Amino acid sequence: MVNEIMDGFVQAFWLIVTLDPEVVEITLRSLEISLAATIIGASVCLPLGGFIHFHEFRGKRILVNVIQTLYALPTVIAGLFLFLFISRAGPFGFLGMLFTPVGMVLAQFILITPILIGLTISALSTIDREARMTVKSLGASGTQSVLTIMQEARFAILAAVILGFGRAISEVGAAMMIGGNIRGATRVLTTAITLETSIGDFSLSIALGIILLLVAVVVNLILNVAQQR
Amino acid sequence: MIETEKLGKRYEDQEIISDVTFRVEKGEIFGLIGPSGAGKSTLLRILDLLEEESEGSLTLMGEPVSHSPLERLKLRLRMAMLLQKPVVFNTTVEGNIGLGLKFRKVARAEIARKVKEALTEIDLTGYEARKAITLSGGEAQRVALARAMVTEPEILYLDEPTANLDPPSTEKIEQLVVQMNREHGTTVILSTHDLLQGQRMASRIGVIMRGKLLQTGTTRGIFHRPDNTQIARFVGMENIIEGEVMATDRGEVTIAAGDVQIHALSSYPVGTKATALFRGEDVTIDLSPRSSTSARNLLHGIVQELVPVGPFEHVIMDCGVPITALITIRSVEDLELQPGKEVWVSLKATAIHVLPRDRS
Repeated sequence: MVNEIMDGFVQAFWLIVTLDPEVVEITLRSLEISLAATIIGASVCLPLGGFIHFHEFRGKRILVNVIQTLYALPTVIAGLFLFLFISRAGPFGFLGMLFTPVGMVLAQFILITPILIGLTISALSTIDREARMTVKSLGASGTQSVLTIMQEARFAILAAVILGFGRAISEVGAAMMIGGNIRGATRVLTTAITLETSIGDFSLSIALGIILLLVAVVVNLILNVAQQR
Repeated sequence: MIETEKLGKRYEDQEIISDVTFRVEKGEIFGLIGPSGAGKSTLLRILDLLEEESEGSLTLMGEPVSHSPLERLKLRLRMAMLLQKPVVFNTTVEGNIGLGLKFRKVARAEIARKVKEALTEIDLTGYEARKAITLSGGEAQRVALARAMVTEPEILYLDEPTANLDPPSTEKIEQLVVQMNREHGTTVILSTHDLLQGQRMASRIGVIMRGKLLQTGTTRGIFHRPDNTQIARFVGMENIIEGEVMATDRGEVTIAAGDVQIHALSSYPVGTKATALFRGEDVTIDLSPRSSTSARNLLHGIVQELVPVGPFEHVIMDCGVPITALITIRSVEDLELQPGKEVWVSLKATAIHVLPRDRS
């Protein structure tokens, strides 16, 4: 067993440095799907988080609590929920999104929405009363003050987005249920690792695992550099 | 320029300010003084239209203030405010100073030019590209002031602007504000708990305590003729002596406080329970009774305690009633004052402010 693992590492190393076509394809697909989910998520959730933060309405606290609870939304539940909607018999079955990358983007989008909205709200809450008052006093219109305060919270908001991306690219439950792990179509890093491990092909699993970790490292570096600027 | 009528503000059940009525003329520097938590900040926020009053009404720059957000924004664009805590945004110094102009959609080149000018005025020439959050407290507050200045406000509100600053930074901020007032006729409302700052900068002062505007007037008037003993204590009147009017004579009263008689200018009738108030700096100390003095009050006393106050000392004496004088350390040395020393205290009748007890 130990030998197998060692062999796995050696082969994984070669798969990566020789840019094995399958490894590259799976990696790119993973990045594409999760980046798409994150970009769409951010463009919807940042304004939404801003709206919730800057408006007082009945049930706001409860809503924020629900959003925060959903940070821990199990990926398989998000997958199940979406599955029911887009499977052939479901209300959106006619769109044919099940077992497609588009469906996976949607699944990851649903999964990270609570994090993006909730952490945007938290990021905005760190801007103190004096700063808000100063913005208003300087003559900002409603939109100008929202934009200025969001800009002031940009690093915390960026952290939220990066955390969302991390959750999207590392989840396996929804990707498996909605994508179906179809080779050459919907196979991504996490679903490939699951499959290869179960059939005993450790070298590919380890190679993909290393890549997944590298993605996390790169993302973290970007966040650090941005915050230090 | 500013006119308020019975302004009040309530948060839930708590009344923060109430019944505040006053007016400030164009080009005036008006000081709001009062202890922390008296409601000064709340009043300024209402005047800057950052918060809405719960009661009463106000008129700014000749226009009655409405509840319409757009109307309020229009008026807000003609005013500016500086807070106690220096607020700078996480961007360059230029981005900070130009923020108000950016909101007013001023062209970029124009903003850059104004920022450059302002930086020279606040002694931070060449700081355009510096990250504002790396500035010291004093520098940050100057940047915050410049940010307010470049919008050329008609009214500038300062909420304890130098409470956290060192003396040189304080002096610079004060100088810039006074200069702005002189050169552009900016109306300034300054809140402070520092009486001396109020005195240095303001032509008129309002004393605010527990949410109520208790007295407005010139600095001199408030320092020497406070309307009640609460204000007297706040403005640092050391001597507050309770007694009763025992004689009157052509505008002068004699107040008996224990065995001591105090002569003061007043017209309250005999029998009035009265309080005599006077400042420590109006009390003169000699080692022998002066013959040539014009002071109507001459009392014999014994030094009890010496308390240093900056370059001065409070000399607390027992003259039948406790009397405190404020004299220079040099005078204390010249007179060789120390506890137990016998002294003669003289005090002019005109230096004493008399209040009937029911108002004190």
